[in-house]
Amino acid sequence: MESRRPETVAAEPLLPQPWIVREVIRETGDVVTLSLQPGEGAAAMSFGPGQFNMLYAFGVGEVPISISGDPADASRLIHTIRDVGLVSRALCGLQPGALVGVRGPFGSRWPVEDQAGHDVVVAAGGIGLAPLRPALYHLARHRARYGNVVLLYGARKPDELLFGVELEAWRQAGIQVEVTVDHADAAWRGNLGVVTTLIRHARFTPEKAAAFICGPEVMMRFTAAALEERGMAPERLFISMERNMKCAVGFCGHCQLGPEFICMDGPVFAWPRMRRLIAIREL
Amino acid sequence: MPADRLDRLFEALIARGYLCVGPTLREGAIVYDEISSSADLPQGWTDEQGPGHYRLRQRADGAWFGYVVGPHSWKKYLFEPERRLWQLKRAGQRFERTDEPPTPKRYAFIGVRACEIAALRIQDRVFAGGSFVEPGYARTREQSLVIAVNCTQAAATCFCVAMNTGPEVREGYDLALTEILEPSHCFVIGAGSERGRELLSALPTAPCTAELQQAAKTAVAQASRQTRTMETAGLKELLQKNLESPQWQDIATRCLSCANCTMACPTCFCSSVEDTSDLTGDHAERWQRWDSCFNPDFSYIHGGEVRQTTASRYRQWMTHKLSTWFDQFGSSGCVGCGRCITWCPVGIDLTEEVRKMTQPEGGRP
Repeated sequence: MESRRPETVAAEPLLPQPWIVREVIRETGDVVTLSLQPGEGAAAMSFGPGQFNMLYAFGVGEVPISISGDPADASRLIHTIRDVGLVSRALCGLQPGALVGVRGPFGSRWPVEDQAGHDVVVAAGGIGLAPLRPALYHLARHRARYGNVVLLYGARKPDELLFGVELEAWRQAGIQVEVTVDHADAAWRGNLGVVTTLIRHARFTPEKAAAFICGPEVMMRFTAAALEERGMAPERLFISMERNMKCAVGFCGHCQLGPEFICMDGPVFAWPRMRRLIAIREL
Repeated sequence: MPADRLDRLFEALIARGYLCVGPTLREGAIVYDEISSSADLPQGWTDEQGPGHYRLRQRADGAWFGYVVGPHSWKKYLFEPERRLWQLKRAGQRFERTDEPPTPKRYAFIGVRACEIAALRIQDRVFAGGSFVEPGYARTREQSLVIAVNCTQAAATCFCVAMNTGPEVREGYDLALTEILEPSHCFVIGAGSERGRELLSALPTAPCTAELQQAAKTAVAQASRQTRTMETAGLKELLQKNLESPQWQDIATRCLSCANCTMACPTCFCSSVEDTSDLTGDHAERWQRWDSCFNPDFSYIHGGEVRQTTASRYRQWMTHKLSTWFDQFGSSGCVGCGRCITWCPVGIDLTEEVRKMTQPEGGRP
């Protein structure tokens, strides 16, 4: 199943809409989750898992950020942001009541509903868990519709692990959650190593499974390759890509990767469309 | 229409509320700017072009359109080099828009060549042919007129024949003019739209004789004699197979990554934005500017640039133009105008680089 381009046409696709910060949750040392509600003139937003918004820190700049909230809950709009640059730092520093500009939602979705009846492997590296969280909320809520569901999650260090409450809730909902870190501290009693080392603990039948993978490109490459080696069909592996974006609507040209506009054709792609492209340096 | 009545065209356009833009001499080149009469045209001038080479030369005749193409293209009127997208004021729980949405201009583009019409149609697909429509572009384009002029000579850098975009104007115009110099200086004019027919009726024209029609054909045929060419059959796939060819490194030893080719190219559409605010922090605006895949920060994401080397940037430009453009927009992104060859400061020739990719010396094709 291939991702589809959007069908909606916004009259002013380049004009941010006003949203208000309702709640700020500090997840880790450099990661913040913002919960937003519509400001005057903005309409509540429905979105699909894996889609993103352009978030505008007023007067500073705009960056693409995946939606990390529950797609079934339209009452608030949630993004999880890592402080890595000028704009993301400004967004991470917002206080409740602040105005933030939002354009979106943009891009393709994790094809979660298409996997009913199948096993689902969700593999996340670092902040890559945020774009997958909407899919996990859906899987947990509709757990009975799916076969085995497993989350393989890796972070660099224990204090960089995100969404501890959710990880536990998903375990309770019948999702196998496996966590690993690259570098442990003295208190860590869990797995050590990269995400791919968790695959051997995962309970799933490769022939009837799909996978959603999000993390650094190198992590996605190795995870997809390892899952393929386990016998999963490449067209049922999905990854989410990231590139510089200025417009999110296919005008600015920045997010191109080969023939793809990451903003419109992605960010979620079936693995065969990306396999060759991401293996070529500096493409 | 006799050549000395050309100003009647300007008068008719101005009377209909059009803002005339067309070729004029400036700083040693023929550029596009606002013009108001035939006196602004580069009459009696031509351009001599080659890789990294452009010189104006005086013609022996009084041809109004006796040049080929200069550094400018019409995209600067439809997709402006710099424009404010919006200005907002932060007020309570809302944004107050404090700028006036720009009134789309009604341009008459005068002297549009066949390759340039092809370029306009390519940018139409980029900005107005997909899921999202750029409203400013679409409105200005819709209400602007294309007064085309057939080329009657080719520059040494032209390869529109190979790209199947010219030299004859075949579609996408309101009026198409062919300038005939002998035996008497005149224009053969055809209308390509309802607006064009209405405009034509206001011009002092006489029915075109068979001899004149033949003369026009012969004149355009002159422009078909082009020394540059490009083998386009299989090129899309060939470039995809050669993404890791050592030739990219070879080009990178010459390419300055200066972005001139992308600025001069009539189809390049990349842009960036800059956000600014005033000292109170409550007023902000966003400006859009032409950007280029040759600029270092074009591909920046946290941690660094995806394309750090000149080789990767040239590869992005060339493979996009000649290969992945087909996947995205259903056509080549190159119209064969030769601007990237002429305006490259080190004279890198796109057609030559394609030829080397097709027939690498001592290598396999």
